[in-house]
Amino acid sequence: MDPAHAEPAALTPLVQFRDVAFAYARPARGRERTFAFPGLSFTVERGEIFGVIGPNSAGKTSLLRLLTRVLRPQRGEIRLAGRPVGDLAPWALAREVAMVPQEAPRPFPFTVEQLVLMGRYPHAPGRFFEDAADITAARAAMAATETLALAPLPLEQLSGGERQRALLARALAQEPRLLVLDEPTAHLDLRYQAETAALLRGLNRERGMTILLVSHDLNLAAELCDRLLLLSAGEVARVGAAVDVLEQGLLESVFGCHVTVDKSPSGRPVVQLAYERG
Amino acid sequence: MTDARRLARALAALSLVLLAVGVTALFVGSAELSPSAVARALAGRAEASSVEAIVTLSLRLPRVAAAVLAGAALAVAGVGFQALTRNPLAEPSVLGVSSGAAFGVVLAQILGLSSGIVAALGAAVFAFAGALLAATIVYLVATAPGGLAIQTLLLTGVIVGIFFSAAITVIISVVDFNRLTGVIHWLLGNLGPIPAASLALFAVLAGAGVWLILKSSRELNLLALGEEASRQLGVDAERLKRRVFVAAALLTGTVVAFTGPIGFVGLIVPHVLRRLVGQDNRFLVPTAALAGGAFLLAADTLARNVVAPAELSVGVITAFCGAPFFVWILRTRSRPL
Repeated sequence: MDPAHAEPAALTPLVQFRDVAFAYARPARGRERTFAFPGLSFTVERGEIFGVIGPNSAGKTSLLRLLTRVLRPQRGEIRLAGRPVGDLAPWALAREVAMVPQEAPRPFPFTVEQLVLMGRYPHAPGRFFEDAADITAARAAMAATETLALAPLPLEQLSGGERQRALLARALAQEPRLLVLDEPTAHLDLRYQAETAALLRGLNRERGMTILLVSHDLNLAAELCDRLLLLSAGEVARVGAAVDVLEQGLLESVFGCHVTVDKSPSGRPVVQLAYERG
Repeated sequence: MTDARRLARALAALSLVLLAVGVTALFVGSAELSPSAVARALAGRAEASSVEAIVTLSLRLPRVAAAVLAGAALAVAGVGFQALTRNPLAEPSVLGVSSGAAFGVVLAQILGLSSGIVAALGAAVFAFAGALLAATIVYLVATAPGGLAIQTLLLTGVIVGIFFSAAITVIISVVDFNRLTGVIHWLLGNLGPIPAASLALFAVLAGAGVWLILKSSRELNLLALGEEASRQLGVDAERLKRRVFVAAALLTGTVVAFTGPIGFVGLIVPHVLRRLVGQDNRFLVPTAALAGGAFLLAADTLARNVVAPAELSVGVITAFCGAPFFVWILRTRSRPL
C-alpha cells in the first residue's frame, strides 16, 4: 500500500458512519411512508463481529446498501479504514467489502464454480479469463464453505441452503477485509445454521476478518456478535454488547410486542416472543 | 483444460462449420454452374466477363460475406440484449429494436439518400438512431422501481415494434411509391450482393459492435446476478449498461441498414449455444459471432435454392425457424416467466 495512505491501523475503526442522512424518493412498494435515515452514526471496529438488528423497515438492508455504495448518502460520510467510500473505485471497494445477499436472482443457470469465480473480478477487472491464482482462491473459498462438491452444478439445482453457502464462497473469494451478510441463516436448517455460525466465528478468529451481519434472528446475533446495533425507524435505538441491547423493555418498545429475555448456558441473552394467550 | 483452450477449441470447431457452409453457399445456386467452373472463378483463372466469374465473384461471394456479417451481428446483439435485460428471450426483433432501425432506414430513403457509400452510411446512421430510440423506449417503459419485469419487457418490445411498423406503413402510403423502390422486398429481410465499399463499412460497424460486447462479456456475467450484486462485486454497472446498450443497437441498426430486419437469429443462435458452451458470456459472445454467421448463411443458401430460380426472403426462413423456437423456449423453461 502507498505509504502516504498508510493508516494508523489501531486507531481508525474499519467502518465509520458519520451523521449519514438518506431518504428514498418514494415509498417502497406496499409501504405508506418513505423510509429515511435522519442522521446515522456508528462505528464497526477492526476484527469484531457486528450485528444489526431491528424490526422490518427499520433500515437494515438500506444500511448495507449505503455501506456497499449501491446507495449514496445525501448528507454525512461513510468511511472505510479512514477513507471515504465515495472516493473508491467500484472494484477497489469490492476488494475490501464483500456482500453475501439473501438470494441471488438467477435468470441464467450459472454453475457454482462460475458464481464463485465472479468474486475474483475486483482483483483484476481488466482480465478476460481468471488466472491460476484466481482459481486457487475460488477453490479455497469453496473448500471453506463445503461447496467444492457442488462446483459443476447449476445454481438452479441447489437447495436454498446450498445456494446460500455458494454465495458465501463467492464473498470469500473476494478476500475482503469486511464480510457483510444479509440474513445469513434465513434459508438454512438448524444444522447449517450452526455450521454457518461456526464458520463465521472461525473466519473472524483465524483470519481476523471483520464481519457485519444483519439478522432477524436475535438469538443468533446475541450468540455470534461482539456488539449489536438495534435500529428503529432509521435511528440507532442502542449500540453495545448483547446484554445491554437485548433488554426486555427496549425490545418491547422497538418491536411493539411482548418478549421475555432469559440467559443461555453461555451467558448470552435469549429472547423469546411472549405469545398472547386467549 | 483451461478456459482459454476450451474457447479456442470451440471457436476452431465453429470455424470449420462456417467454412463448410461458406463453401456450400458458393457452389450452389440457381445459375447451375459446375463445381469446376466455380473453382476456376475463385482461383481467378476465369475470364472477368464470364458467367462463372460474375456469378461467383460479384453475386455469391459478396452475398456470403453479407450473410456472415449480418448473422454474426444479430447473434451477438441477441446475447447483449439478453445479458442487459437478464432475459433469455430478449433479441433485436422481439424487443422492437429492429423495427425502430427499419423506421430509420425508411426515413433515410425518403430524405433522398439514393445510392453509393454515402447512402449506405446515411442509412446506417439513421438505422442506428432508430434502433437506439426504440431500445430506449422499451427500456424506459419496462423499467419498474423493482427492476425489469420479464413479461413487461417482452410486451413492451412487441408494442414498440408494432408502433414503428405502423409508422413505416404510414410513410409508404404517403410517399410516392417510386421513391421507395424495393422497400417492401427489403422490409422482409433480404441479403443481396452488397458493393465492396459498403461491405467494408458493414464489416467495420459490425466488428466495432462485436468488439464492444466481447470486451464487456466478463462484466455481463456479473450483471446477470442483478445490478445491485454486480455493483457490490466492483462493476461500474451504469457504464457497462450504456456501452452494451449502444453496441447492441449499433449491431441491430447496421444489419437492418444493409439487409433489412431479419428476425430471430439473436434468439435461436444464443439459445442453442447456451446448451453447448454454458452461460458464460465470454464463451457465448465469440461463439455466437461464428455460429450466427454460419446459421444465417445456411438460411440464406436455403432461401436462394428451395424455390429456384425464384428466391425466398431469408427473413422468412429465420421467422419460420424462430417462431416455433420462441414457443419452445417459453414452454420448456424450468421456471415460470
